[in-house]
Amino acid sequence: MQQILFFLIRNKNFLLTLFLFLISFALTIQSHSFHKNKFINSANFFSGGIYSIKNNITDYFNLKEENNLLLEENARLRMQLDSFRELSSNNNTDSTFTHSKFQFETAKVINNSYSKSKNILTINKGSKMHLAIDMGVISSNGLVGIVKNTSSNYATVQSILNINSQINAKLKNSNHFGTLIWNTKNPNIVQLIDIPRLAPIHAGDTIITGGKSTIFPEGILVGTIHDYLLNEDKNSYTLNIKLFNDMTSLKHVYIIENKDNEEIKILEKESDDAE
Amino acid sequence: MQSNIYFILSIRFIVLVLLQVLILNNINFLGYINPYIYLLFTLTFPFNGNKSMLIVLSFLIGLTIDLFGDSGGIHAAACVVIAYLRPVILKFSFGVSYEYNSIKINKVDFGQRLIYISVMVFLHHIVLFSMEIFNINHIMLLLKSTLFSGIFSIILILSSISIFSKKSK
Repeated sequence: MQQILFFLIRNKNFLLTLFLFLISFALTIQSHSFHKNKFINSANFFSGGIYSIKNNITDYFNLKEENNLLLEENARLRMQLDSFRELSSNNNTDSTFTHSKFQFETAKVINNSYSKSKNILTINKGSKMHLAIDMGVISSNGLVGIVKNTSSNYATVQSILNINSQINAKLKNSNHFGTLIWNTKNPNIVQLIDIPRLAPIHAGDTIITGGKSTIFPEGILVGTIHDYLLNEDKNSYTLNIKLFNDMTSLKHVYIIENKDNEEIKILEKESDDAE
Repeated sequence: MQSNIYFILSIRFIVLVLLQVLILNNINFLGYINPYIYLLFTLTFPFNGNKSMLIVLSFLIGLTIDLFGDSGGIHAAACVVIAYLRPVILKFSFGVSYEYNSIKINKVDFGQRLIYISVMVFLHHIVLFSMEIFNINHIMLLLKSTLFSGIFSIILILSSISIFSKKSK
């Protein structure tokens, strides 16, 4: 017994190190899988609070660019509104106001990373504003990521610049779809894989989200084809996509809530169970 | 005297964490190079201080950086490793008698200081980036990040030591 105690006392630093290292290793492993890092993330009130103080100060430096972006978006939306108004003035048969199944919520990015291999953003809205895990996040220029974790006032977003990110996307003019991933090389370029060889591809073509998932509606802009190459198996292309978004200077984002999400999930679960 | 040390340590802890997460984490020089100055805490911890306390405090500062960076436990793990190996590296760079001579980091000559800091920084960065990337296929990215971030960190740590050591003389 005494020998065990002596052993413990003599090696206490080593055992302490081993213990703490195992804790941090477990936390690391946990953070590698989506949805699971519940403890150590920047959506808690402590780090979220400090980030929002920092953001209050740094906000003023980008006001001009942000205003320009918002003006551009306003102009684009106004044009769309006008075209819709023209359509609706032609046929006034139905007066019921139909709701879109997607609802948008605005938020501000208070912390952004783009240089790591698993990049994460922190935004200043949380579960109090009905944000939940797995909602889509876009900016006025296009795709940003998916909500990963929420606290009451903040949320973290898994950016598309994250090696865990896999998002359904397709070619705008031919509807061939593939999976959007990132190879960590360049924060402006992402990869679209598994595009079939039959698809007509030209550099400069537009890529949009596919609408196959419940997270993003169809037709959110992603980017343009930068270059492409045929895979070794000669069956599918890997495309390099140049993003419309500048992921390094995100400020205002929109969170997309799919109101039918739960209904679809329940339905799919029921049909899974029935099998 | 003893409480004075704790006071200085806690101030240093808070200042280094804020400096790291609010300013240095956003540098992203050439896309991926960030200096990690919070290592100063482990590096300049009193050489004759309690070793278990050094390990626990280094773990805490790493965990705080992780909290802000959404990085799981990578900084905590790297900090624990260098805190545990610090006595060995001290012996390697300053000679066997470092403990009895009450060496201060701003008093030793430049060569020894450079060796001590470089070994600690590169060790930390290798553990940090291998935990972050965690993939043998990206080993070039790992080595590249370690080398460039390491050089950046060493320069920053050396210069901040020489800036703040003036007052103590």
